[in-house]
Amino acid sequence: MLNYVIKRVGLAIPTMLILIVFSFLLMHSAPGGPFTSERPLPPQVLANIEAKYGLNQPLWRQIINYIWGILTEFDLGPSFRYKDRTVNDIIEQGFPITIKYGGWAFIFAVGIGVPLGIIAAVRQNTWIDYFAVGFSIGAAVLPNFVMAPLLVIVFTLWLGWLPGGGWNGGDFQHMVMPVIALSTSYMASIARITRSSMLEVLNSNFIRTARAKGLPEHVVILRHALKPAMLPMISYLGPAFVGIITGSFIIDLYFGTGGIGIHFVNAALNRDYSVIMGLTVLVGSLTIAFNLIVDLIYAWIDPKIRY
Amino acid sequence: MLVLNKVKIQEMADNIAEMDAVKGRSLWTDARRRFMQNKAATASVFVLTLIVLFSFIGPYFAVWTNEQIDWAVLGRVAELGQPSFANGHFFGTDSLGRDLYSRVIQGTRISLSVGFVGATVAVIIGTLYGAIAGYVGGRVDQFMMRIVDILMAIPGMFVLILMLVVFGRSILMLFIAIGLLAWLDMSRIVRGQTLSIKNKEFVEAARATGVKNSKIITRHIVPNLLGVVVVYASLLVPGMILIESSISFLGLGVQEPSTSWGALISDGAKTIRYDTEWQLLFPLAFFVTSLFCFYFIGDGLRDALDPKDR
Repeated sequence: MLNYVIKRVGLAIPTMLILIVFSFLLMHSAPGGPFTSERPLPPQVLANIEAKYGLNQPLWRQIINYIWGILTEFDLGPSFRYKDRTVNDIIEQGFPITIKYGGWAFIFAVGIGVPLGIIAAVRQNTWIDYFAVGFSIGAAVLPNFVMAPLLVIVFTLWLGWLPGGGWNGGDFQHMVMPVIALSTSYMASIARITRSSMLEVLNSNFIRTARAKGLPEHVVILRHALKPAMLPMISYLGPAFVGIITGSFIIDLYFGTGGIGIHFVNAALNRDYSVIMGLTVLVGSLTIAFNLIVDLIYAWIDPKIRY
Repeated sequence: MLVLNKVKIQEMADNIAEMDAVKGRSLWTDARRRFMQNKAATASVFVLTLIVLFSFIGPYFAVWTNEQIDWAVLGRVAELGQPSFANGHFFGTDSLGRDLYSRVIQGTRISLSVGFVGATVAVIIGTLYGAIAGYVGGRVDQFMMRIVDILMAIPGMFVLILMLVVFGRSILMLFIAIGLLAWLDMSRIVRGQTLSIKNKEFVEAARATGVKNSKIITRHIVPNLLGVVVVYASLLVPGMILIESSISFLGLGVQEPSTSWGALISDGAKTIRYDTEWQLLFPLAFFVTSLFCFYFIGDGLRDALDPKDR
């Protein structure tokens, strides 16, 4: 097990470095520097600014400085567009919001998707199974950017129950629609994956043995079938996490919730490279860390994994 | 009775002589038969064909082009821009007074071509990469797959947006960037399949007769991978359309005056507060219907070509 952990961590670190170097090079290869404007700055001023931000140093030196800044003090540098803000400020402001509704969406997707899939598999070919299958097919074509406007039409314009956007400190009313819009398609996928793996497990020999020795059905399902049936779902959690983070762009844009998504999109439209980079590095490292945890959980549950 | 049998036997003998009694059922004939039995999949093929046809024939029925602005409607889109046959705006107008019918046709073309081109790029790169890694094996395989592992750990959407920002937001860039990111899964699947195929006797026979490695890959390995590739490619197309749409929804994908389903949904979603729901619902209907069709077709293909997986 320890070997496996070391191996996986060993893979995660170079991945992170490659991500940073790759996005740094991409950013650097873009035409025009960050201070290129319609009215060119006097060369002396430009040289001073570049010296201040360390842009006059050779490329490899810049990359090392950047990585060193992240490692030692988690400093992602200043924003090139908003002179009064650093990337850290932007993250401090937006990230808690993203984590809050994103986390709820994640909990919602797993907390409803998994039980739905299990019940559908246990009660195969009953109405609840048909409902689960129908739901998972239907929701597969309802990604967040389709759900969001539809929810606003129904709950804001027709029923008038919920505000159509805003954050307001993240109270219940402002959270409902972002969480539902973000989680629906993942909930459906999780339900579908859980159902099919549960069905497969329930048809396997060791479950027949468990039933044959007279265990009550709930013990068969909870003690024996549940653990192996969860494996495919667990390996789906990594992609689902990435999907929810990227989906938050759309939520932030549409509901005006003010998470990091809106900053990322604005930075992309304004070519604010350091913000794009910083957010990419942040989310990239989160994703890699999350995938690492998922892999370790997977290895811990599944005895077939070779270390 | 006996005479009848004799006639039959004679017929059979003739047929055998003409070599068409023993028409073998190939894998693909079998697969087609299984696919045709899947009602949802065949219906989806039909609906999807209609949508594709509509994107080609539709313009001939359009009263307005996708660039014309109906000045009569502008400023009072909510009242005058509604879908109607009287003024020729079958799907109404968008918030700038352009004919939504023509815009939807334009968007359909672009979204579908992003889906197909992106999937094609991904399939070609992924298949070759996976087949080479699997066939060569050893250190090379380890190294190639480690690269895939690393690339897979990077959140694709971010890199995609980064690339669009750096290299400019054009449709061509979108095609390339989406295709470049989507081949990873494909290469893993293909590699796994290749590993099992390369030890089969016919590959050994090819090697024994001195066929070059590159030829074995393209002539013997890849054709045998087609089943799996087709199934995953059919799931890639809606995946590509989804990615393109969400990027366009963010305003980072297809740029005006060009459009796509995602961009149209985004425009429609911005204006729902002004009683112009049709601007959202028409592109949405096309998007959702096509995605449904793609998923059912993918399902049908999986049942037809890969029956053990399920």
